Amino acid sequence: MKKIEAIIKPFKLEDVKKALHELNIEGMTVTEVRGFGRQKGHTELYRGAEYQVDFLPKIKIEVVTSEETAVKAVDAIVNAARTGQIGDGKVFVMGVEETVRIRTGEKGKDAL
Amino acid sequence: MKRVDFIKLIILLIGLGLFLPGFSGTGLADDASAVAQAAEAAPLSELAKLSEAVSASKIALDTVWVLVTAFLVFWMNAGFALVESGLCQAKNTVNILAKNFVVFAIASIAFLVIGWGLMFGDGNSFIGMDGLFFLLGADNSPATGDAYNGVYSAMNWTGVPLYAKFFFQLVFAGTAATIVSGAVAERIKFLSFIVFSVIIVGFIYPIGGHWIWGGGWLAKAGMWDFAGSTVVHSIGGWAALAGVMVLGPRLGKFTKDGRVSPIPGHNMSTATLGALILWLGWFGFNPGSTMAVDAEAISRIALTTNTSAAAATLTATLTAWLMLRKPDLSMILNGTLAGLVAVTASCAYVSVVSSLIIGLIAGVIVVLAVIMFDKLKLDDPVGALSVHLVNGVFGTLAVGLFAEDRFMPGTTGDGLLFGGGTKLITSQIMGIVGIGVFTFIVSIVAWYVIKAIFGLRVSKEEEMEGLDIGEHGVEAYHITGSEGRIRPL
Repeated sequence: MKKIEAIIKPFKLEDVKKALHELNIEGMTVTEVRGFGRQKGHTELYRGAEYQVDFLPKIKIEVVTSEETAVKAVDAIVNAARTGQIGDGKVFVMGVEETVRIRTGEKGKDAL
Repeated sequence: MKRVDFIKLIILLIGLGLFLPGFSGTGLADDASAVAQAAEAAPLSELAKLSEAVSASKIALDTVWVLVTAFLVFWMNAGFALVESGLCQAKNTVNILAKNFVVFAIASIAFLVIGWGLMFGDGNSFIGMDGLFFLLGADNSPATGDAYNGVYSAMNWTGVPLYAKFFFQLVFAGTAATIVSGAVAERIKFLSFIVFSVIIVGFIYPIGGHWIWGGGWLAKAGMWDFAGSTVVHSIGGWAALAGVMVLGPRLGKFTKDGRVSPIPGHNMSTATLGALILWLGWFGFNPGSTMAVDAEAISRIALTTNTSAAAATLTATLTAWLMLRKPDLSMILNGTLAGLVAVTASCAYVSVVSSLIIGLIAGVIVVLAVIMFDKLKLDDPVGALSVHLVNGVFGTLAVGLFAEDRFMPGTTGDGLLFGGGTKLITSQIMGIVGIGVFTFIVSIVAWYVIKAIFGLRVSKEEEMEGLDIGEHGVEAYHITGSEGRIRPL
C-alpha cells in the first residue's frame, strides 16, 4: 500500500477529486494548509506599507491506495492539478505498513 | 375672568408644544404672555399669529420626521454591506465592503451635481431641465402647493426645507446603486463598478425617477409607486440584471454539464445582522415617504411594511423547506427583503390585511425566482435580482390589485380587487414595462462601454485567488499567528 500526499492549488481540488474518482478511489482526506516552495509568497499592502506574505493557501490531499493504483493516481493528480504556472505544488509517495477500518476491523487492502 | 384664564391656559399649552420641537426662537414665557396680551387686545391678529406658529411647528415636526427616516435609510448601507459580504466568499470580503462603502459617497456627489436636477427639476415629461446642477435652482420651500415658487415643483407637495427634500431623495438614490453591487459581486473590477455607480445615480435613476416622482409621463398616466418598488428597486434590479448578463457567471458556478454548483456564503451571522438592519431601515424607507407627520398614515404604513415582511419571511421559509428540503437561512433572509420590496409601492394605499397577502406571495416568489435565475445561468451571488427586480415588479403590480381609495383619497383610486376596474393596473404595467425597457437598454449600453474602456471582469487568476488581494492588496481575515508569516519588506 502507498500513501500519496499532494499539495495543490486550492481551486484545483475539484478537478483532482474528479480525476481520482475516475480511478475508483473511494476516499481521501483534504486539509487547508499554508506553505511555500519556489513560488515564495506574495506581497500585500496595508495602509501604504508593503509586506511579504510567505505562506500561501494550498490544499493538501492524502490518499492511500494499493501499489498498482498508486502510479495511476499520481499521474491523475499531476495532470489534473497542473496549470503550468509556478506554485502548482508537489506530490509525495510513501509506503504504508498497515491499514485498519475501524468499524469492521478489516485490515490491509480490504480496509482501503 | 374665568374664561380668560382658560384661554391663557390653552395658549400656554400650545406655546409649550411649539417650544418642544425646538423651532421657536424666543422664550416660552415671553411668547405665551405676549400671545395672551394680544388675545385680550385683538382677537383677530392673535388668530393669525397662532396659525403662523402652528404652521411653523408643523414644518419643524415634518422636517425632523423626514430627516430621521432618511438617517434610517442611510443606515441601510450597513445592511447591504453585511448581507452581501456575508453571502459571498471570505476571499472577496474586503472588495465587497469597499464597494458598499464608497457607493454612498459616489451617490452623494453624483446626485448633488446632476441627479436631483434631472429628477425633480421642472422640465418635460422625460427629464428635468431647470435647476439642474448642485441644487442651485430657485426655491422657496417649505412653501407648498400654489404658494411654492421655484423650479422643483414636483416636490412642492411636502412642506419641508429643500435640503431635507434633497437628503431624503439622496438616500433613496444611494439604495438603487447599492442593489447592483451584490449581483455583480466576486468578479467585477472595483473601478468599473465605481464608474457604473456614477452613471446609475447621476443619470439612469434620476431620469426613470422623473417619469414617476418628477411629474413625468408615467405620473401623468396615473402610475403610482409610493416609496419606490419600481423607482428604486426595479431600476436597481434591471441595471443589475444587465450587469450580470454582460459579466457572466463566477468561475465554477455552473458546471460543464449544466448543473449548478453552489458557492456558499462565508458568514451567516453578518448576513443575518445585515438583513435585520435592512428591515429596520425600511421603517424609514416606507413611513418616511409620507414626508410629513401624518399620524394615521405613518402608523399604518409602519404596520403594512412590517406585516408584509413578516408574512414573506414565513412563506419563504416554508417554500424553501418544501422545495429545497431545508429551511435555508439565506432564503429566509431573502424572503424578508422580498416582502419589504413588494410592499414598498403600495404600503400607503393598501389595508393591513392586503399587505399580509402581498407578503405571503412575495415570500414564495423570491424562492422560485432564485431557482429560476440559476436555471437561466444568471449568477447572482446574493439574490439581488430575485429580491429587488422580481419583487419590485410584483410590488408595483400589487398597487393595481390591492389599492383602496379610502387610504389616500384622490391618488390611486381603487385597484382591480376592490372594484376599481383595470385602469390602475394598466398604468402600473405601463410603468413596469417603460422603466424596464429604458433601464435595461441604457444599462446594457453603459456596461458594454465600461467593458470597452476599462474592462469589466478581473482576470481568471485574480478571481480564483480572491479580489481582496487582487484589487485591494489585503485580506479580510488574517489567520491566528499571522505575525509569523508576515515580514516587512
